[in-house]
Amino acid sequence: MENLILEGSAKTPTVKFDAANGVLELKGRSIPENSIEFYKPLNDWIDAYGGSPKPNTIVEIKLEYFNTSSSKCILDLFKQLEKLNSGNTEVKVNWYFEEDDEDMEEAGEDYQAIIDLPFKMIEVEEI
Amino acid sequence: MNQVYDIYKRLEERNVLLSFKGMITSELLTTILSIMESKMDHIDENPKVKKKVFNILVECLQNLYHHIDQDDVVHVIAEERSALLMISKIGDAYQITTGNYMKASDAPNLKEKLDLVNGMDKEELKAYYKQVLAEGSMSSKGTAGLGMIDIARKSGEKLEYDFQPINDKTTFFSLTVKIAE
Repeated sequence: MENLILEGSAKTPTVKFDAANGVLELKGRSIPENSIEFYKPLNDWIDAYGGSPKPNTIVEIKLEYFNTSSSKCILDLFKQLEKLNSGNTEVKVNWYFEEDDEDMEEAGEDYQAIIDLPFKMIEVEEI
Repeated sequence: MNQVYDIYKRLEERNVLLSFKGMITSELLTTILSIMESKMDHIDENPKVKKKVFNILVECLQNLYHHIDQDDVVHVIAEERSALLMISKIGDAYQITTGNYMKASDAPNLKEKLDLVNGMDKEELKAYYKQVLAEGSMSSKGTAGLGMIDIARKSGEKLEYDFQPINDKTTFFSLTVKIAE
């Protein structure tokens, strides 16, 4: 299947969903006024990927900022992946946050508490 | 012309970094965020503070944006479509103030929500955010009911607000969010 590659903008993240390697990356900022529109193609891609996933799926979340509209869409994305995880792929989430960015670290922990997927919290100097 | 100087002086006295009054559009939001980012970069603001200010500003602006972007514009006259935004820095503390007209009938719900989050400590806000995130639903406008909770959580201070009744149908809502360093 085709990869999903979207270039980032002032309000939307860079998306690199790589089907051949089973690596799904979101990077940058996600602050659109209405996130539903932006996340819909991502949900559709994951649905299609779920048909024949790689044995291991790595989700790389490297967000600098996200708004509350996106937070709900990101949760829905994790829920989709949670369902895939019980099928024929093992899903792991890497949640990146910048040094001293407690808010982003806590945001990762919030998802970890709600979603039944293994989360790895990774502190980096700069995203 | 004295009035212009008067407005200028008042903004200066309040240490206003940026102020805007008018229609809130998506393009305007992008511009304001970019201006504030460069201003904070220019003064070498602590990255932690910069992130908090940016995050809270996004939520405050999007609250204004979604308020204006509503289907029921029957009672909304031209003036009522505009809003006010002021960002000040007093000492090391940033302050974001917004003002907008809203339907008077929506005021009690908003007040209840503000009082609820103001009554919560850090841990309670975290738990409440998680609960609304996990159980809440999203509107077609893309709002998740998380904005005020997120603002209160990131600000670490009580939200100051006021409702000024204009007439039977309309209220002017103002909100001040302080961001402590």
